[in-house]
Amino acid sequence: MDILMQVSSGFFLLIGSFLCLTGGLGILRFPDFYTRMHAVGVTDTLATAMILIGLILYNPDFMVDVKLMVILLMTIFISPTASHALANAARYDELSIQKDSKSDSELTSSNL
Amino acid sequence: MVVAFAIVRMKDLLAVVMLLGIYSLLSASFFVAMDAVDVAFTEASVGAGISTLLMLVVISMTGRSEQPSRHKPLLALAVVTVTGSLLIYATLDMPYFGSAEAPIHQHVAPRYINASMQEIGVPNIVTSVLASYRAFDTFGEVVVIFTAGMGVLALLSVVRRSDSTLNNDIFDHSMHEQHLILRIVTKMMIPYILLFAFYVQFHGDFGPGGGFQAGVIFAAAIFLYTMLFGMSTARRVINQSFIQMLAATGVLLYGSVGVVSLLNGKEFFDYSALSADPIAGQHLGILLIELGVGITVASVMIIIFFNFVGRRNNPLRKENQGF
Repeated sequence: MDILMQVSSGFFLLIGSFLCLTGGLGILRFPDFYTRMHAVGVTDTLATAMILIGLILYNPDFMVDVKLMVILLMTIFISPTASHALANAARYDELSIQKDSKSDSELTSSNL
Repeated sequence: MVVAFAIVRMKDLLAVVMLLGIYSLLSASFFVAMDAVDVAFTEASVGAGISTLLMLVVISMTGRSEQPSRHKPLLALAVVTVTGSLLIYATLDMPYFGSAEAPIHQHVAPRYINASMQEIGVPNIVTSVLASYRAFDTFGEVVVIFTAGMGVLALLSVVRRSDSTLNNDIFDHSMHEQHLILRIVTKMMIPYILLFAFYVQFHGDFGPGGGFQAGVIFAAAIFLYTMLFGMSTARRVINQSFIQMLAATGVLLYGSVGVVSLLNGKEFFDYSALSADPIAGQHLGILLIELGVGITVASVMIIIFFNFVGRRNNPLRKENQGF
């Protein structure tokens, strides 16, 4: 049982790290603000949730598990709201969607 | 180092503020790596949370890009380089990091570490040092925070119009659909944030925490409410004079604990004078002064934030004249 918990927690931690890395890669490579938000909004929350589940499985202590579960619940509430707030603010400021792929300097001079 | 260099070189102030937040978060993780969890907690909550927010409010008023500097301060650069290299040369003489013969490990620290559990009975040694052995220094910190709040009030407080105009735009319905999701989630989250602030405040004896972090988290919940529901609604919820009185009450509570110890015949801030059993007296004293610290920090943060944002909506500003 012990080895099963360790292997599964390692699995979750690896998945979480991989998701974090690909989210960061998405920020760098996508051309537009909205596509970048799309890349990072989902993967960031899911990566944090996976890492927290991995930590919960790793810990036998009950009090630590309760605290980690509270953090997990809060993250599931707060992180998508933050992504929504960013995208909503961009939409309110009428940040334009790029039609074709151009360089980044176009984007920084045209917004806000 | 990379982040600090980027902060100095960039001209776009919004990016600089974000980089400052990243710098604070990296410093907090440094502190965790060095096992100083209370300091990391305070650094993360103040630096990566509140400072970023206050700087953003300031930038929204002053403009986003830095003015180009007209002169090259070469003399200042030379002085700083010489002083910095002298300081680095001086550190070569210091003992190795973590060595057992370093003076910092010799004189007072072993006594605190060895005697803290018997004399005070609080598991968190940081709290016992901060609140009992060095209570006078922490008193100075609280007074400094209170003075900062008074300075902000003296410099920035705005003469507001009479209450009739405040009553007209209490519930700003025009923004309701735009911020609907944010408002609903915030209304759900704020009680838990406040509860967490109280947990950090009273759990500081046993784990990382204490008055400073708790006050900052409490103020952060109020900031969240103010940002999403508008300044006028927030002023109705949190009365300005009440908050100012609370800030003074925190410092007064802290000082009066010391004075009560004096009146009972012991030294200033000697908590064993507070009750019959010295350990219970220590617990009571730590509880009261942490409460004073938390109250003062939260109130001063709220005062600063309200004054910054109130300045932004100042009817005397040119941009706001069209109201």
